[in-house]
Amino acid sequence: MSTPPDKSQRIEPFTTLTSPCVVLPAENVDTDQIIPARFLKTVERRGLGAHLFADWRVDEDGNLRAGFPLNRPPAADASILVAGHNFGCGSSREHAPWALLDFGFRAVISTGFADIFRNNAIKTGLLPVTLAPSAHGTLLELLGASPRAQVTIDLASQTVTLPGGSSHTFPIDPFAHHCLLNGVDEMGFLLAEDSAITDYELAHPARVCTR
Amino acid sequence: MEQTRTLFDKIWDNHIVRPENSSTPAVLYVDLHLVHEVTSPQAFAELRSRGVRVRRPDLTLATMDHSTPTTPRSAGRLQVLDTQAATQLAQLQRNCDEFGIRLFGLDDMRQGIVHVIGPEQGLTQPGMTIVCGDSHTSTHGAFGALAFGIGTSEVGYVLATQTLLQRKPRNMEVRIDGILPRGVTAKDIILAVIARIGIGGATGHVLEYTGSAIRSLGMEERMTICNMSIEAGARAGLVAPDDTTFEYIAGRPFAPKGADWDAAIVGWRALTPDENASYDRSVHLDAASLAPMITFGTNPSMAIPIDGRVPDPTAAASSAERTDLDNALHYMALEPGQPLLGRTVDVVFVGSCTNSRISDLRQAAAVMRGRRVAPGVRMLVVPGSRAVKREAEAEGLDRVFKDAGAEWREAGCSMCIAMNGDQLQPGQSAVSTSNRNFEGRQGKGGRTFLASPLTAAATAVSGAIADVRALS
Repeated sequence: MSTPPDKSQRIEPFTTLTSPCVVLPAENVDTDQIIPARFLKTVERRGLGAHLFADWRVDEDGNLRAGFPLNRPPAADASILVAGHNFGCGSSREHAPWALLDFGFRAVISTGFADIFRNNAIKTGLLPVTLAPSAHGTLLELLGASPRAQVTIDLASQTVTLPGGSSHTFPIDPFAHHCLLNGVDEMGFLLAEDSAITDYELAHPARVCTR
Repeated sequence: MEQTRTLFDKIWDNHIVRPENSSTPAVLYVDLHLVHEVTSPQAFAELRSRGVRVRRPDLTLATMDHSTPTTPRSAGRLQVLDTQAATQLAQLQRNCDEFGIRLFGLDDMRQGIVHVIGPEQGLTQPGMTIVCGDSHTSTHGAFGALAFGIGTSEVGYVLATQTLLQRKPRNMEVRIDGILPRGVTAKDIILAVIARIGIGGATGHVLEYTGSAIRSLGMEERMTICNMSIEAGARAGLVAPDDTTFEYIAGRPFAPKGADWDAAIVGWRALTPDENASYDRSVHLDAASLAPMITFGTNPSMAIPIDGRVPDPTAAASSAERTDLDNALHYMALEPGQPLLGRTVDVVFVGSCTNSRISDLRQAAAVMRGRRVAPGVRMLVVPGSRAVKREAEAEGLDRVFKDAGAEWREAGCSMCIAMNGDQLQPGQSAVSTSNRNFEGRQGKGGRTFLASPLTAAATAVSGAIADVRALS
């Protein structure tokens, strides 16, 4: 149990990010859209970016849909996805943040995230940024006018700076903030709780035994 | 004055290894970890790379369900769809062998959908915390267990430490009183609840279902309701345990026996909300006012009474909602104001962790008996587990379905997830007893109408969306 964490498995620290954005304004985007189930037959984390939003990006004949935001030029350089409310609802598949990261995104800005998606994102190093609807609306307008404009996210100060220069704070759980900022992984944290877990187990006999 | 506590509060408090504070979430202990082939391989790889063992293989159970075929066995063997699925299944076998985890694999008579077999085997018990890398883990809340879906990173944490870091969610009461009208089932209740709360309306909450209508339901119906709590965004759904719960558990393979059973019952009876326990929010529905429900759109909150009409997006409350509805109607090839009754479908699917238990199959069979699946309709009936399949066959339900012209399949997630060979073709429509009608959920380009097993069966014999109450 004393093996030190493998550095390659730890999440990449998130400090600041300045990047153009891809705008996907639809609300209630579910994880079946982010990565359809037929791509879940993998035993790897990597390689899912090729299938990100597969059914929206690619038409029936296998051609890229020119109008889809991920297929427009700014997407190649964009590390920020600006999405509509309740992003990531539905299935618990962590393949959704894996696919977003693999495609090149490091942050998603929305007015709200589904719980499991947000948890998964934080644990994989993808920053979920929740903006107030007014700031989110302003961001959509600014990006509508200047699609290649850059947005800056600073995690330490929990601020998003919009293309016009206005800054907006966003909430994030203090523990998630610490983990993302420093690239700390939760498994290492929980492994260090070994004695407290053992104490709990001694005081609470198991309810079932699967063996 | 001592604080009154909800059922959720009590279970939460019982599982705190270390309480939360402003800087750190609670360390929450997990009593049972269910594992399947799709969301676990990367977690086992993580353990391997760190040289970490599974802390409590005795509290862990694995099965194969998502990528498994449901086509009839040939010489007792299943034909796995493709090499990728075969690799994933072989990987789970290898992981379970290496880490000492019991696996109900494809050759095990107890294999089935993870949320069907936990309760069926008596592993799901009141007061427990249960997690699985699957959002429909909320199903187990029907027993008064705090059960929720997690991602693959968290699957790894639970394998390694049997704990999770969790902030305590808020608590919402969903009270349903009154007597259900004929033809209205648990599936209709939960579709009505989701339509009322909205697709993200319960985000950050655990739902506690209370009221006389919930009390009157059997365990399988309560599972159907808790199963779809996630479709309103909830972390979990809960029903306080009662005699119905205890009767269901009694005698199952992993249930407590003898003196242990007596002791367990005493503890379980204490698992009720305190009188005057307060919830962060409350929603009330009158069971008597409910009709059979069906979805018309591309998320489970887009549901209407079966004799209703497709809503008009121009009447939506916000422009975002209007866009959402416009897109949904376009995808579903529906017009505003159109009735759904009489709309032809290509496929009827009875199955999934929502509605594949014996009572669901009995309901569907009761409608099918003496009738035929309409020409041009393909009907799949997919039992949730091999045990359900055996029980149904012992009752002759398989004959009812086969005589009607339906396909009687092996156990698995099947067409709910469309990653195992069972899927809609582009442009096809299906009435499904499953839980999600997202675009492409049942196959790229497929259109899903979610409904109860009664509505599904009525539709199969009618060849078009039908109201079971109108069948003689």
